[in-house]
Amino acid sequence: MRIFDLETESLRTLNKMLQAKVHDTNQAHWQIENPKGGHAIAVGLDAFIEVTVIGSAGYYCGGMNKKATINVQGSVGPGVAENMMSGKIVVEGDASQYAGATGNGGMLVIKGNASSRCGISMKGIDIVVHGNIGHMSAFMAQSGNLVVLGNVGDAFGDSLYEARLFVRGEVKSLGTDCIKKEMRPEHLAILQRLLEEAGANCRAEEFTRYGSARKLYNFNVDNASAY
Amino acid sequence: MNDRDKSTSPRTVPIKSSNFSDATNAEIRRAAATGIYDIRGGGAKRVVPHFDDLLFLGASISRYPLEGYRETCETNLTLGTRFAKKPIHLDIPITIAGMSFGALSGVAKEALGRGATEAGTSTTTGDGGMTEEERRHSRTLIYQYLPSRYGMNPDDLRRCDAIEVVVGQGAKPGGGGMLLGQKISDRVAEMRNLPKGIDQRSACRHPDWTGPDDLEIKILELREITDWEKPIYVKIGGARPYFDTTLAVKAGADVIVLDGMQGGTAATQNIFIEHVGQPTLACIRPAVQALEDLGLHREVQLIISGGIRHGADVAKALALGADAVSIGTAAMIALGDNDPRWEAEYNEMGTTAGAYDDWHEGMDPAGITTQNPKLTGRFDPVLGGRRLSNYLKVMALEAQTIARACGKSHVHNLEPEDLCALTVEASAMTQVPIAGTNWIPGKKTIK
Repeated sequence: MRIFDLETESLRTLNKMLQAKVHDTNQAHWQIENPKGGHAIAVGLDAFIEVTVIGSAGYYCGGMNKKATINVQGSVGPGVAENMMSGKIVVEGDASQYAGATGNGGMLVIKGNASSRCGISMKGIDIVVHGNIGHMSAFMAQSGNLVVLGNVGDAFGDSLYEARLFVRGEVKSLGTDCIKKEMRPEHLAILQRLLEEAGANCRAEEFTRYGSARKLYNFNVDNASAY
Repeated sequence: MNDRDKSTSPRTVPIKSSNFSDATNAEIRRAAATGIYDIRGGGAKRVVPHFDDLLFLGASISRYPLEGYRETCETNLTLGTRFAKKPIHLDIPITIAGMSFGALSGVAKEALGRGATEAGTSTTTGDGGMTEEERRHSRTLIYQYLPSRYGMNPDDLRRCDAIEVVVGQGAKPGGGGMLLGQKISDRVAEMRNLPKGIDQRSACRHPDWTGPDDLEIKILELREITDWEKPIYVKIGGARPYFDTTLAVKAGADVIVLDGMQGGTAATQNIFIEHVGQPTLACIRPAVQALEDLGLHREVQLIISGGIRHGADVAKALALGADAVSIGTAAMIALGDNDPRWEAEYNEMGTTAGAYDDWHEGMDPAGITTQNPKLTGRFDPVLGGRRLSNYLKVMALEAQTIARACGKSHVHNLEPEDLCALTVEASAMTQVPIAGTNWIPGKKTIK
């Protein structure tokens, strides 16, 4: 394991070193110490490596991640795992706004709570939040799965496309074109797999599924009040 | 008065209201019949102060000209010199603006790449990601980073030559986009990760940052992902050019792209296009002033777009302080958009060559703004690229001709002192004296 201290070495050196690991590497595990809320830590990775951040990170931690597994032993600022392509990011603490924004693939696990706009415009990523999430989450979410073990704030799934939303707790209010949907066996299977991968000790049957009513997919003047 | 007198006496000539014109009334009737606002492509069609309201003075006794074709007048430039490890070098100060695959056909995007490359300049992706055609045929390709993030991925981010963070565009500052379902082919749908045939909305704000402080961190992230190699452009619509330029530079931009209200869009509400934003002419000096106030004019480059048509427009924009211009609508016309050869088909759609702007319907007979294979099959990307290249070279030659006449050995040496204004408005907007005077509205008389 290589230990990298952000107090003595620069962010540029760190990311350059991690991004260089594009092929098979002997150095498979990296530990980053003293992140101190720094921004853009471990962004643009593209290798099957494991990165552990000891402490809390700032904006865009693990941004555009491919293949790598990143574990943050603290909390993260806005935009964790933004536009992630693949791999896995686990946040042991809480996440600020826009967690997993526009993510295309891979899995984001937040053991604590996430703030507003969690999963905004998500495009295939799987997000599992063990705690609660804030308002306007899954806004314009296109595809992928958002799983929330706790409660959800206002305007959940507003202007939703094809993403699947699973909530165990209460939803304060649903956004435009987002509705409660039947939980069929295929959904239970997907959800159970996600819960297991995210280390969540609960059963899929405890959740409610939400999805798009698909009424805003093509412009219709009779829906003008919803635009 | 008897009936006979009535029939022979002079009558008041029917006068139509300038306020309720035929076009206005027709739009009221259309709205009443359909209940939907008018969506169209292109930029503002209304008359606004523009580069035509400026003239070059030319050289005489006080300044002497350079010999055309014999004495050098350079047109090259470098963009992204502030922070990027790999700045961009262009032969001409005219670039191709961002236009999406989706709004445009794949062959049209290929032609833009071919034409720009032949002419020694850059082309730009759009809201929909990077296609193989445009990457393969573009020597210098700018990759737009848009609110929708359709098709955004780190691999394309690394294989582009510069990144353009799009905050706004001139046709619709503050507005998002909409690609209507009829243009969503299988390929477009796949690239955007959405079902085929549905309307695809592009958000008006970025999903993971708001404000200049966030933008600074976002730019840091993009630089970290791309090893600080790529120049970062920030594109803004012509809303508040002084403040927006200042904030974009503060956030770390290498290049500012400033798009006035004549700048085109693939599809937006007509009312938005015509009533939001400032004319291109009005945007340039405030942006230049912002750069000068920061001590970064020429260190952070300024690209101006919105209604650029020929070399005189290019020269005037440069004289006002821009480093380059960008063209979209004009490039499409060069490719064959709105060509009279398709007049019969335009007529069938109730329009005419030069007025066709229902690009969102995907019925473009020229094969440019459509995904219909029958129509795109009409478009030859090699020929289209050649036409664009020719046009770009003509524009560069025209700008050189004017610059030489003003005694400049590089088009970037053009300056406001080479210009006069024809109208009070243009003078006030550009801070150039009115022709025949030394007067600029709001300023003391220059001796």
